[in-house]
Amino acid sequence: MNVQVGPDQLLARDDGVAKGEVLLDIRNVSLSFGGVKAITDISFNVLKGEIRAIIGPNGAGKTSMLNVINGFYTPQLGTIVFRGKQRRSMKPHEAVGQGIARTFQNVALFKGMSTLDNIMAGRSVMMKRNIGWQMLWHGPALAEEIEHRRAVEEIIDFLEIQHIRRTPVGKLPYGLQKRVELGRALAMEPSLLLLDEPMAGMNLEEKEDMSRFILDVNQQRGTTIALIEHDMGVVMDLSDRVVVLDYGKKIADDVPDIVKADQNVIDAYLGVPH
Amino acid sequence: MEILNDIFVKPFGDMIAAPDFFLQVVWEGLVSGVLYALIALGFVLIYKSSRIFNFAQGIMVVFAALTLVGLYERGVPAFLALPLTLAVMYLLAMAIERVVLRPLVNQPDIILFMATIGITMFLIGFGEIIFGGENKVMITEQLMIPTGSFIFEPFGGFVSIEQKDLTAVVGAVVLVGALLLFLNRSKMGRAIRALGDDHQAALSVGISLSTIWVLVWFIAGVIALATGIVWGARAGVSFALEVIAYKALPVLMLGGLESVLGAIVGGLAIGILEKLFEIYWGQPLLGGNTETWFAFVFALIVLLFRPQGLFGERIIERV
Repeated sequence: MNVQVGPDQLLARDDGVAKGEVLLDIRNVSLSFGGVKAITDISFNVLKGEIRAIIGPNGAGKTSMLNVINGFYTPQLGTIVFRGKQRRSMKPHEAVGQGIARTFQNVALFKGMSTLDNIMAGRSVMMKRNIGWQMLWHGPALAEEIEHRRAVEEIIDFLEIQHIRRTPVGKLPYGLQKRVELGRALAMEPSLLLLDEPMAGMNLEEKEDMSRFILDVNQQRGTTIALIEHDMGVVMDLSDRVVVLDYGKKIADDVPDIVKADQNVIDAYLGVPH
Repeated sequence: MEILNDIFVKPFGDMIAAPDFFLQVVWEGLVSGVLYALIALGFVLIYKSSRIFNFAQGIMVVFAALTLVGLYERGVPAFLALPLTLAVMYLLAMAIERVVLRPLVNQPDIILFMATIGITMFLIGFGEIIFGGENKVMITEQLMIPTGSFIFEPFGGFVSIEQKDLTAVVGAVVLVGALLLFLNRSKMGRAIRALGDDHQAALSVGISLSTIWVLVWFIAGVIALATGIVWGARAGVSFALEVIAYKALPVLMLGGLESVLGAIVGGLAIGILEKLFEIYWGQPLLGGNTETWFAFVFALIVLLFRPQGLFGERIIERV
């Protein structure tokens, strides 16, 4: 099994799901906070290897949906099947263990740490060596550290952020912070990558870069991606299938061309009275 | 003119005239400083990982020392009482996480701070019910801490170093060294630092909040026990010990709430400076007993020039 892996051949985690099969299945999920219904009876699935977009007007329940998937929220009703395993609730660190990584709408980074350390933090779940070795920084732990460091350097090269390797991320401009956050998620070698508005607040050039990275991750690494995005041009170009939410309900679910022409979707975005 | 001479010239003259006595004073200050540093370290660890200013750190020192002595008084041999006390501190950490921190997660800092005052009150009452409120003697000999003293004769003078003080200093150095390695090198240590930076991000890379919090409060408990043993050996074990925790406040102001190094250097600096001030300025000029306030005034003056403390992390924020 000692295969040499180059930077562009890093594969997504082997998750026992073949390309094109269902990786994540959301079944009749409902979530409410007190009397406020954030999500009502939503079902959709994500296939292995696809880019799946979740769109909808503000307050449609998109971020709540991501929070349900990665375990921040526990839905009151419904089930989630990920990699064939059914669950109702899961703690975030367990979701990470199963191979779900994510980024946030308002960048959530370790602001005082460098780019390198932030991305390295994404590897920490994979470090298995005994704590004694880690403290001595010797023997197996050192070998392990070097191996993870190499993987991190590949991600840094891939995202073209070599020049800010040592900069505390709090000092970086917003667009670069978003890129570092993507890097940290990639470092976890996820089966499923959740991106919450990866292009929010970016200029055209930054959006083009980010789109390229997302496509490359999907195509070269075979990583399955579910993303929320408001820029319709980007969504329609990037994604294989689109699910549309409005007021916590699913109003459309299809390939981009059909969703674009759907009257319900157009109404939702233009604000036809309900 | 007389007064200027007394303030700026005579003390230094005295130091040079009797260098052995000067060394003795510095050593005494250093030992207090080590204890201040240990207490401050307890604060720093918890603050770093959860942004909670743990008011209960002082009472944890008392509680740990009381448990150790209390167990011994009830017939548990010393070599067993020590690990048992550690186990009690671990249970305490778990209880605090489960009963206090978890229900209050995501609440404003001030609420968590108030909760630690609650923990303080609880531990005072709980400790008194179980172990009684009277003063106790630390089981120094039973823990195999040597009690003699070394005599040095530098400059033809005389310096006496108590072996239990030396043990305290060596013990503290080992403890702090291990802690630094743990924080900087291990996966858990990284997780602790990460958690302090951003809870949401930490959760998303697979760090478990509850595991880390229990761990951090347990480490703070271990530090409290070490402090309790050493301080108890010098001054006996009583609830009055809690007051020394307030000495950690100026240390924290000096060192910055988030800096392990700051806590150590700040603690040592305050320990030594307050002792020097007391002997060379306080007693001849102010009638003594300056140690009760010197640290606070000193910290205030430093804060005037460096609001983030000597080692505080500069807050980086883009607006």
